Amino acid sequence: MNEAADDLLFDLNLTDEQRMNRETMQRFAAAEIRDLSLRVDAGETTARDFFPATAELGLTLLQIPEALGGAGMTRSPVSNALILEDLAHGDLALALGATSPLGFVNTLLDQGSDAQREKYLPRFCDGAFTAATTALLEPRATFEPSAPNTTATPNGDGYSLNGCKSMVPLGMDAELLLVIALLDDGKPAAFVIEGSPQGMTRTAEENMGLKGAQLATLTLENVQLPNEALLGDSDFNLQRFIDLSRLGACALAVGTGQAVLDYVIPYCNERVAFGEPVTHRQSVAFLIADIAIELEGMRLMTWRAASRAERGLPFHEEAYLAKIFCAEHAMKIGTDGVQLLGGHGFTREHPVEMWYRNLRAIDTLEGVASI
Amino acid sequence: MINLEISQRHEETFTQVMMLAEHMMRPYSRKYDKAEHTYPAEMEEVNKLISAGRTSATGKPKGSLPEGSVVNGGNMGSVIGLFGLCWGDVGLFLGMPGSGLGNAAITAVGTPEQIKKYGGRYAAMCITEPSTGSDSANISTTAVLDGDDWVLNGEKIYVTDGDRCDTLVVWATLDKSLGKAAIKSFIVEKGTPGCEVTRLEHKMGIRASDTAAISFSDCRIPKENILGSADIATDAEGRKKAFGGVMQTFDNTRPPVAAMAVGVARAALDMARDLLREEGIEVCFDKKPTNSGAIEAELAQLEAEWQAGRLLVLKAAWMADNKMPNSKEASMCKAKAARVGNHITLRCVALCQSLGYSEQHLLEKFARDSKIIDIFEGTQQIQQLIVARRLLEKSSSELK
Repeated sequence: MNEAADDLLFDLNLTDEQRMNRETMQRFAAAEIRDLSLRVDAGETTARDFFPATAELGLTLLQIPEALGGAGMTRSPVSNALILEDLAHGDLALALGATSPLGFVNTLLDQGSDAQREKYLPRFCDGAFTAATTALLEPRATFEPSAPNTTATPNGDGYSLNGCKSMVPLGMDAELLLVIALLDDGKPAAFVIEGSPQGMTRTAEENMGLKGAQLATLTLENVQLPNEALLGDSDFNLQRFIDLSRLGACALAVGTGQAVLDYVIPYCNERVAFGEPVTHRQSVAFLIADIAIELEGMRLMTWRAASRAERGLPFHEEAYLAKIFCAEHAMKIGTDGVQLLGGHGFTREHPVEMWYRNLRAIDTLEGVASI
Repeated sequence: MINLEISQRHEETFTQVMMLAEHMMRPYSRKYDKAEHTYPAEMEEVNKLISAGRTSATGKPKGSLPEGSVVNGGNMGSVIGLFGLCWGDVGLFLGMPGSGLGNAAITAVGTPEQIKKYGGRYAAMCITEPSTGSDSANISTTAVLDGDDWVLNGEKIYVTDGDRCDTLVVWATLDKSLGKAAIKSFIVEKGTPGCEVTRLEHKMGIRASDTAAISFSDCRIPKENILGSADIATDAEGRKKAFGGVMQTFDNTRPPVAAMAVGVARAALDMARDLLREEGIEVCFDKKPTNSGAIEAELAQLEAEWQAGRLLVLKAAWMADNKMPNSKEASMCKAKAARVGNHITLRCVALCQSLGYSEQHLLEKFARDSKIIDIFEGTQQIQQLIVARRLLEKSSSELK
């Protein structure tokens, strides 16, 4: 009995807490995100008022230690993945923006020093939304996340940063930014940047999609940072940061893929052609079946890697495979979502074309949404 | 609590099975691929070891588990065992003396008496007929009650283990005009007069497994050998339920068949990676696929597809272990694992070029063996149909 009890079993049941939290997230996504996402995407409004409203979800509060004003729960990559999935069911772009502070907080909890946690984390506990983000991507073809070109050169008073970061969520408004760079010895490092120090320019981006995430490009020209800005007491584990971020991107893809599936099912069941619903045709029905099959694969691969991370097991390979699987199939789901609606799918009357544009980013996104 | 690692106990099972597969199956892979229809005597020992393992695994006391406890039981144990055995050789596994698909049917729907009498037999499954493949509701083999006997007449094909088995589970209709509801399954002991193996198929792959055609002419079996009730439901609901009971067997057998695809695909990937490593090509999971060489990128993609198939199989088996209805998930895992299993084995041949195509290695055999897994126990398209009907809430008359 004891032997069996100690043996951790394969299990897909959520904890009660996760179940309740999912309900909250799903309700919020349905009520506050879905409709807004279309208007933000169309440029009719901005998400500027939306992000403060997400404070009620307490996204960043839960895992911050009580001593720093948080709820003192253990950081759970699985619970975080579920949050991202459920918010992305509302909208990928807004979910990415809303959870960017969470990615910043998670990375500080994971790799920051005590002093840095004490300094920054209480700001995420006062019930208001604190815009924070992480910046790894750089604007060049063949960019490899483990080898950024941004440099951090030590000088007398600290470090001087030079380089360019792209697709930084909340990049215009973030008051705290975690920027990844390489040191002179080629080792990666992360730096906490507060506000807009001299030499840093923020430029709002216009992209194929993700309009609501407020993506920005940061240019860093001799940005002088104090020694304390260097994250952590020891070497920054960039690969771990990349892997935890990849799982965030995967979870966002799963949520958006589920949104596509949930949209095409009633639409295609109601759409009549040649005298009957189009779902009476295998060519249509099988596309939908395959969306569901691949989506479940995406979800299980994401959960597996996240649960390994949670248990302290190696998860690099699992995260890598989850990311390439999710990137590939999320795009296929986005494409098929449009296809299933035919010409209507190509118009902006329906969200599927937006999901198509947003899902193209899953492959590209790196270093954001760390769980 | 979400955890997708298999339990320590199942991990141990897997390690043991992999030892068997490597040392007691793989060495005979080519031999029985060449010598089609030859009885694989070496597999008797493997089967004994597997059966012993199965008995000790299920011999644990169960009663002490509190209500609502998560179970990682026989269904998971079975797919995990199959990952290993079919890494060894899917043909040898299918041809392995001792246990066939009929056993699953008897276990799933048999009465305690039937399970007691036939549970330990070697039972093959007779469903397909010369003019009836996926459309299994349309079978023509008849069963007529005559006194205390059922009298069976008809022809069955593609009976896996049909020659080597000692028992058959046969689908037959009590009255074809009544459709699905009249289809029942029957236990027939080999050697019963009127039951005859008429032919063995020559196949592209899984040649170690015998695939038989069996004819039934006035074959008389005892009345109590019917699986389930002999009543034919008359109302729509009852009809649906009756055939549903027969089809329910597939919810239990599809994840194991999907697991075979996972096993053979793993074998191909391992072998291809070994051969490519000799050429200095290694998949390291470091650079993004868009930034790596074509072979590395493809290997990583195949690994990812394989993982997805494996996890879908584990999920479907886990649901069965925990008494959750898993019809949709069983079909999802069969669709995914079987199609990627076939794709992976074929791509591994291509990636290793003439070495992959040569009989000097087993890659070409894996690519031949894997194709059938996307066909038997419900083709790819049948699985998609089942999944689609569930998702879209369509009946079989609406979504045909």
